[in-house]
This record gives sequence, C-alpha cells and structure tokens, in this order.
Amino acid sequence: MNVETQQPKRSKEELMEKLRQPDHITGSEILLRSLLLEGVDCVFGYPGGAVLYIYDAMHGFSDFNHLLTRHEQGAIHAADGYARSTGKVGVCIATSGPGATNLVTGIATAYMDSVPLVVITGNVATNFIGTDAFQEADITGITMPITKHSYLVRDVNDLPRIIHEAFHIANSGRKGPVLIDIPKDVSAQKTIFEPVTGVSIRGYNPTVQPNKLQVDKLLKAIEEAERPVIIAGGGVVYADASEELIEFVNKTRIPITTTLLGLSGFPSAHELWLGMPGMHGTYAANTAIQNADLIISIGSRFDDRVTMRLDGFAPNVKKIAHIDVDPAEIGKNVKTDIPVVGDVKAVLEFANTKAKPAKSEAWIAQVQKNAAEFPLRYNDNNDELKPQFVIEMISETTGGEAIVTTDVGQHQMWAAQFYRFKNPRSLVTSGGLGTMGFGFPSAIGAQLGNPDKLVVSINGDGGVQMCAQELAICAINNIPVKVVIINNQVLGMVRQWQEIIYENRYSHIDLAGSPDFVKLAEAYGVKGLRATTKEEARKAWKEAMETPGPVVIDFVVPKGENVFPMVKAGDTISDMLMGDAE
Amino acid sequence: MMRHTISVLVNNQPGVLQRVSGLFGRRGYNIESITVGESEELGLSRMVIVTTGDENTLEQISKQLYKLIDVIKVVDLSANPMVARELALIKVNAEPAARPEILGIVETFRAAVVDIGPNSLIVQVVGDSDKIDAMVELLRPYGIRELSRTGATAMTRGSVR
Repeated sequence: MNVETQQPKRSKEELMEKLRQPDHITGSEILLRSLLLEGVDCVFGYPGGAVLYIYDAMHGFSDFNHLLTRHEQGAIHAADGYARSTGKVGVCIATSGPGATNLVTGIATAYMDSVPLVVITGNVATNFIGTDAFQEADITGITMPITKHSYLVRDVNDLPRIIHEAFHIANSGRKGPVLIDIPKDVSAQKTIFEPVTGVSIRGYNPTVQPNKLQVDKLLKAIEEAERPVIIAGGGVVYADASEELIEFVNKTRIPITTTLLGLSGFPSAHELWLGMPGMHGTYAANTAIQNADLIISIGSRFDDRVTMRLDGFAPNVKKIAHIDVDPAEIGKNVKTDIPVVGDVKAVLEFANTKAKPAKSEAWIAQVQKNAAEFPLRYNDNNDELKPQFVIEMISETTGGEAIVTTDVGQHQMWAAQFYRFKNPRSLVTSGGLGTMGFGFPSAIGAQLGNPDKLVVSINGDGGVQMCAQELAICAINNIPVKVVIINNQVLGMVRQWQEIIYENRYSHIDLAGSPDFVKLAEAYGVKGLRATTKEEARKAWKEAMETPGPVVIDFVVPKGENVFPMVKAGDTISDMLMGDAE
Repeated sequence: MMRHTISVLVNNQPGVLQRVSGLFGRRGYNIESITVGESEELGLSRMVIVTTGDENTLEQISKQLYKLIDVIKVVDLSANPMVARELALIKVNAEPAARPEILGIVETFRAAVVDIGPNSLIVQVVGDSDKIDAMVELLRPYGIRELSRTGATAMTRGSVR
C-alpha cells in the first residue's frame, strides 16, 4: 500500500497552522515547510546525491506535491510555464553538478523574460565545496549573470529567511529567477524552525508608484499628439494590468501594438489593436511606429526584435515615453523623453484617473486602413495543409479561451500572428532567449497551474524533440495537454533565413530521421493522431479536443512555407518583406 | 571618453565582488581600477571603481549596479570635488652609491622607504595617479624590479554627498 495514502487528510488551514509551529527539524524539512508556507502547490524536480535529504523529507509527506520530470530542463521549463500562466512563483529542484547545470538554459530563459522562479539546487557538503568534489559545480557562479539574485546557504539557521527573501525578490519589482544553492550537510542539519514573516532587504526597494509629475507630462504629451502609438510588452501581463491598459487605450484613443510577450495582455479583437511589431510584425504595426509622433512603451524594453536597426527606428517620433518597473531599461536602447518608473498597473491606474484623448481620429483611420489593406495572409488556395491554417483552426475552435504555449521558430511566429488572444496569461512563449525545447514542458506546468483550462502546446518538429521525454509525465499523471506538432520536416526558421539571406544555401536543416510522432506518443502511453490534409486536420483536432487525456497531434505541413512579413536582421522595420501579400 | 570614479556601497557577502565585476565585464563596461575595503558600517563594504565612458554609459552603469540586490548605494564621486588616492610599492635597484639620489627623489615626493636590501629599496608612495606615474618615471632609470599599485580609493570633499 502506498505510504502516502495512510496519512489522514487535513484541511489547508490545519496544515498551515501545523507548519507555523516552531519545531526542531532538518534543513530539508525547513525547505519543504517554507515552500508550503509560501503557497507553493507544485514543485518540479529531479533527485540526486546532493538533494537526497530533501527528497527523503518528501517521502510520505503527502501535502507536498512534487512532480518528477525526465530531465532537469523539463522541470525548469514546467516551473516557468506554471509561473507565466498563473502569476505565482514557479519552483524547481535539482541536484548538484550536472543536475544544476542542466537548469542553466531554463534559468536564462526565465531571466530574459522576467519570470519569477525559485530554483533550488543541492550542492556538495560545505567542507567539499571548492575541492572539485564529485558532482560539484559552482552553480551560483555559473548563473550569476542570469539570475536576479542567488544564495549559497552556509548555515541552516539562515534558510527560513533566505527562502522567504527569495520569493519576495523573485516576484516583486522586475520579476526574475532566484537561485538557492543548499549544500548537502546544510540540508541534513537540524535547528529550531520558526517561520519568517516580513522581509527587509536594504538596497532592494522597487519603485511601485510612479512620479506623478512624470505621468502628468505623459498625459500632456498624449493630448498634444496627433500620431501616437503604444508598444505594450510582457510587463503588462506580469503586472496583471490588462484591464487598466484597455481602459487607458479607450480613454486616450491611441492605436496599440503588442510585442510577442505582450500579446495576451491586450485583446486581439480590439479595434485599435494593430498586431505585433518588429521582425515578423504586421504592416500596420510597423508602419504606425515608423510614422508615429509619440511612442509610449508600456512594460516593453525596445528589444532588437521589435526595433530592428535602431538608427532607422521611428524616424518621425517627437517624443518617446517609457513606463517600466526597471529603471535600468529606460534609456538603455532608445533615448527616452518621458521616463516613468513604476509598476505598470499602478502607473496606468493613476493615469486613467485623468487621461484625455489624443488628437488621433485621422491617424486611427489611417492605421486602420493600413490594417485592412495589408492583413496577415497566406496562400491558401488548394487543399494543402498550411501551418497558418492549423493555428487559425485552433484559435477558432478554442475561441481564444485556451492557454497556448509555443516552442521557438516559425510555428511560434505563426501562433503569434494567427491566434486571436483574449485573456491575459494565455500565451506562454520564450521571447527573449528563444529557447527551443521550451514549448512542451512549459505546457505541463501551465496545465498543473490551470487544471480547469485547456492547454495547447504548439511546437515544431525540431523543438519538440528537445524535451519529448516529458510525454512520460503527461501519461502517468494524466496531464491533458494537447501537444500540437507543426511538422514540416525541417528546421523551418533556419531554412527561411538560409533561403532569404543565405541565397538558398540550405545547410543542415533536414530533420529526416525524426521519429513517427504518433508512435512516439503511443510508446509513452499517450494518444497520437496525424493529419496531412485540411479535412484530416479538422477531424484530428476534434478528436483531440474530445479526448480527456494528453494527445499528440502531428500536423504534417509542406516544408517551403515562410513567415511574412519579415524584416531582415540589419534592416529597419520600414523594410518589410511581405511575401505573398506583395 | 570621460574618466569616472564611482563609489559603490555593498553588502559584505561572499561573491559580491564577482557580481559587480562580472556585471562590468558582461555588459562591456571598462574597469580601470577597483578597490574594495570595509566601510564605516559593519557588514558593508565600499568599492571604488574607476571607469571610462560617456554620460549615458555612466548612467547605465549606475542603474545596472542598483539592480544587484547586494548594492546599497552608488555615487558618482567625480561629479563633485573629490579626493582620490592610490598607493604604490616600488622595488628599485639601489646600489649604495645610487641611494642618496633615490632618497632625494623619495623625499621630494613625500614618499617613504619601507625596506632596504643589499642592493635594492622598496619605496612606498601615496597620492593621485599622476603623482604615482611621475614617481615611477623618475625611478625607472635606476631599474624597477617590481611594481605594485592598488588602484584608487576616493571620497568627495567636505559635506557633499
């Protein structure tokens, strides 16, 4: 009989009350208790020598929900998907050395996209640190450039404070991953545990409320503007400021474009929404930016995928305003005239109290005309199954109510272009780092954080193979993620670049030798479906939606399709290649 | 390119020097010198960093430093009148016949001889970078065997904060 079922079930309040009682316990037990007290309801991890005391403490502790992934990369991307889709802190655990270094890609992914994670790693015992001991790696040193902060715990008595601080740092200000490295002996030592409440970190006081004079300057600039544009980014989503943003747009009458990470932060159906800007942005969005006299960046950092060549970015702009919780982003890439440091939600709430419309009606007519004349489109003349069609089908059948996670590449851009977003936190995608292998495991985390929602993971046939082993945990835990594979048998985005920039010199992009994805799914005990025509696609997708558990759907599409519009690296966003629309 | 002297007050935690110097390295900021020592407050250290760059770079350096959790205060010392000092130890060839001349230089610079060997001296000199450069140049003809400089430590004059 399973030991875990022998424990009497208790209510959450009873459990919290028990956990708050001072007790003489090990560092490992302190960790588990602290995580529960922080409200963590699911941890993703992989055991190993240096974290065995921690895993021993989990044995029979049924209140602690741990999911064993098949690779540490799966664990951290799952924690990331959990965090992005719920707004809570994602937690993962790995052992020292290779376990910890396998997290590096996931930590960097979360860092680039400002995702709150608490990453727990084991380390060799303190007396072995620095001796090149078995499975030793200086993970705090390795991850210093890609964490918001990190701790190497040397004294078990510091552990409760450190864990509490880590959660506070990860999920406040500009969010980000925090690493806690716990040597094996520290996880074994006992001490009196008393939960820490309150946190005071000198030198860490993120600005939440904006300087009101600066907001007034912004509002004045809006009233004077004739061709204003908003560029909204991931900061809107992370600050849960979607409603405030909609109100701000309605009040000021400013056309809005949302970056990849900002997509779900504003409804695609809104009349003033122009689509995504930048490298694969819409004609309407890029043209609006290039002709704007006022640009307001809201929780977006002028990433190079948005601005492209900086010296040709927004040549007609008179003023740039930048709202960001991280002061270091203001003026980093683009000179800013009106800096507003603060939490996006707080800034917009304040701005909405007195926002007045811009003189933008003629401008709105113009950008809407552009949007109507140059919509996103693709050649859909015959019965061939096009990747864009698959995305549109998913978008229509889910009514935009699903949580979509994507991997990285062409399918990611098509998802960004053709899925109609409705709700905040409904897109989970690796924007900053562009991490292949992210899409599928992040969906597992998103599903665990949102058990009642439909989670669709859209992948390419390349990226899905980087973490396909996590099908096992979908199968055994019946995690009902719908894993879509846009299968064009090549590394599509690389192929596209080689075609357009490297003059058709296709080098090492052929993914021949990929598994039969239906059989791969079945090998893990997951239902697998395949479609090669539109009709098969509709049928397979319907069957997938009607299947209660996890499903893998292999949509076989032609390999020659490209993502348009496209701005080549080194060009300005005026230089859009329009593809079929040209 | 302007030279700037920045004072950074940090928590005295293991790895804090790595965090600060790593930030400079990976973001492509220059470090001409960096000195670290205890500050007036227990548990806090003060780093003095001499760097070069335009005003925008200096602003970014300051903002990026503030992002580090262990950084408490960043001050651009060179924005105000300041005192900057570095120390150098110079082991110079000094056969007995040459010593009076060397001692003359040492005295003029208000430096000090802190060790005497059979045919060498160690000269200790404190001052701003220019003074130390000048001292080194004057001692060079005698043959410098070893030279060790600290980099600048600095603070603003008077009550300017």
